[in-house]
Amino acid sequence: MMDGFTVMLRKELLEAWRSQRFLVVGVVFLILGVISPVGAKYLPELLKALGTSQQGVQVIVTTPTVNDAIAQFLKNVAGTGVFVALLLPMGAVAREKEQGTASFVLTKPVSRQSFLAAKALALGVVLTVGVALATIAAYFYTALLFNPIPVGDFLGCAALILLSLLVFASFTFLGSALTQAPLAAVGIGAAAWVVLSLLGILPNVGEYTPAGLVTAAGEVALGKTPDHLALTVLVNLGLIAVALGASWLSFSRQELYARA
Amino acid sequence: MENAVSCAGLTKRYGSVVALDQLTLDAPTGSIFGLLGPNGAGKSTLIRLLTGQAAPTAGHAQVLGLDVTSAGMALSKRISVLDQAPRYYGWMRGRELLAFVGELFGLRGTALRSRVDEVLALTGLSDAASRRISGYSGGMRQRLGLAQALINRPEVLFLDEPASALDPAGRHEILDIIAGMRGAATVFMSSHILGDVERVCDTVAILDNGRLIVAAPLAQLQERYAQPVYELELQPGQDTQGEQLVAALRSSPWAGDVAVDHGVVHVTARDADAASREILSLVLAQGVALQRFERSRPTLEDIFLRLTDSAAEGRQAS
Repeated sequence: MMDGFTVMLRKELLEAWRSQRFLVVGVVFLILGVISPVGAKYLPELLKALGTSQQGVQVIVTTPTVNDAIAQFLKNVAGTGVFVALLLPMGAVAREKEQGTASFVLTKPVSRQSFLAAKALALGVVLTVGVALATIAAYFYTALLFNPIPVGDFLGCAALILLSLLVFASFTFLGSALTQAPLAAVGIGAAAWVVLSLLGILPNVGEYTPAGLVTAAGEVALGKTPDHLALTVLVNLGLIAVALGASWLSFSRQELYARA
Repeated sequence: MENAVSCAGLTKRYGSVVALDQLTLDAPTGSIFGLLGPNGAGKSTLIRLLTGQAAPTAGHAQVLGLDVTSAGMALSKRISVLDQAPRYYGWMRGRELLAFVGELFGLRGTALRSRVDEVLALTGLSDAASRRISGYSGGMRQRLGLAQALINRPEVLFLDEPASALDPAGRHEILDIIAGMRGAATVFMSSHILGDVERVCDTVAILDNGRLIVAAPLAQLQERYAQPVYELELQPGQDTQGEQLVAALRSSPWAGDVAVDHGVVHVTARDADAASREILSLVLAQGVALQRFERSRPTLEDIFLRLTDSAAEGRQAS
């Protein structure tokens, strides 16, 4: 058992609560979850109404279906949610190094492993709570405005989206462990996002990237079984493991100083 | 164990800067060990190395018989550290921080609560215990720093400038707490406030430019550098006799520095016995009337300035 892990995890979760990280992330994802089916349902009607008010404009609107609601859910939660995943971990380690609290805690009986693991797990919990709220809201409104989707399929879809977000969060976390500046950490996370997004459009490679996970999430929500799903999940879990492993390798070799 | 802290040839370089150079010293178990030195002498670096916050470039160090580079948790469970500018989680309340630190040391339940109350009372923070740390003053943070460092009843307590942010009354209280630990724990404290060190420390080391100038029990140090200083305050209106007396003192083989400051002649004796025999005869011979005559022991400040000045002269000469 890692020294001090439980105490550190409790501190991280309390800090996330006190600093309103839970509240902000929860509200953002809740909104993303709600607007997905609501937007899918009413946006076409809104566009139609706007179009008919313009002379000479003809707007052809198809009747929205549950597929549109799922597409919106993927776009909002996996797409916009990436920014939350990139920003959330930026200060996790970097700010503690910058402020000197990391060197204070690490003179106590806490291993650097426990210090990092508690932070990574707490970030995972905050993101999971956010995605869970988005999922519940989206499921409820999709059932209300369209048809109910099988719960298992929708949960599977949400889990794959969460995994894609955790990949990006783990790269910002790596940036936070490498540097002493939260903005530099976001830069590293953003660079990983750009590289993985570019890989995502390559044939034969893209399906194993986080973008491939999101595509697979859409298929799972519709009751389909995507090709190579297990391998895609494993590759993305591997990316998280690589980012966290590199974070530990770097952090375990650093001498910590507070910025004067 | 004879020495709680022991280092041999300890060196720390940051690029081309040598922060600590071949340092060898021992701090006896149960002592209050004062580490003195001007800014940049290497005091904080030494504490960082001894507490495992940084790794030495060369040499080795032991605390409680454990190698500081490899002991890890085995050592951190038995020691405590208070940094020069302690920074804690501003969102926590004072009591929460102490409970958090106590839990890291394995304290739980009633034992934890009573220890937190104890250190809060000891450091005078009981009334501020429920306030957020972000609202604490510099002095309160330093008290909180001492409180968190005491929570595990450390066998060795490392204090980096523990009283620097405190007002005189606060400093007095904190030094009393430190003095109260004599015999119960080893205290290894750095300070540039010589009076503080002189007041509580029984053993002293002086660092300058990363090098050890001297390390010895304070009393021994005062004895070793015990060149008494005589102060002769002349009655007014004796300028000529005064000048003659100063000239006579300067030509005496037992006298070291002779300086005049606002009518007071300060004479450092190279040979204390000869000085005590002859100084008053010289005064009589010059026909000088004295208002005050005093012989004093050198303070730690005198010794410190003397040793660091001669170290600086040595560096310039080389």
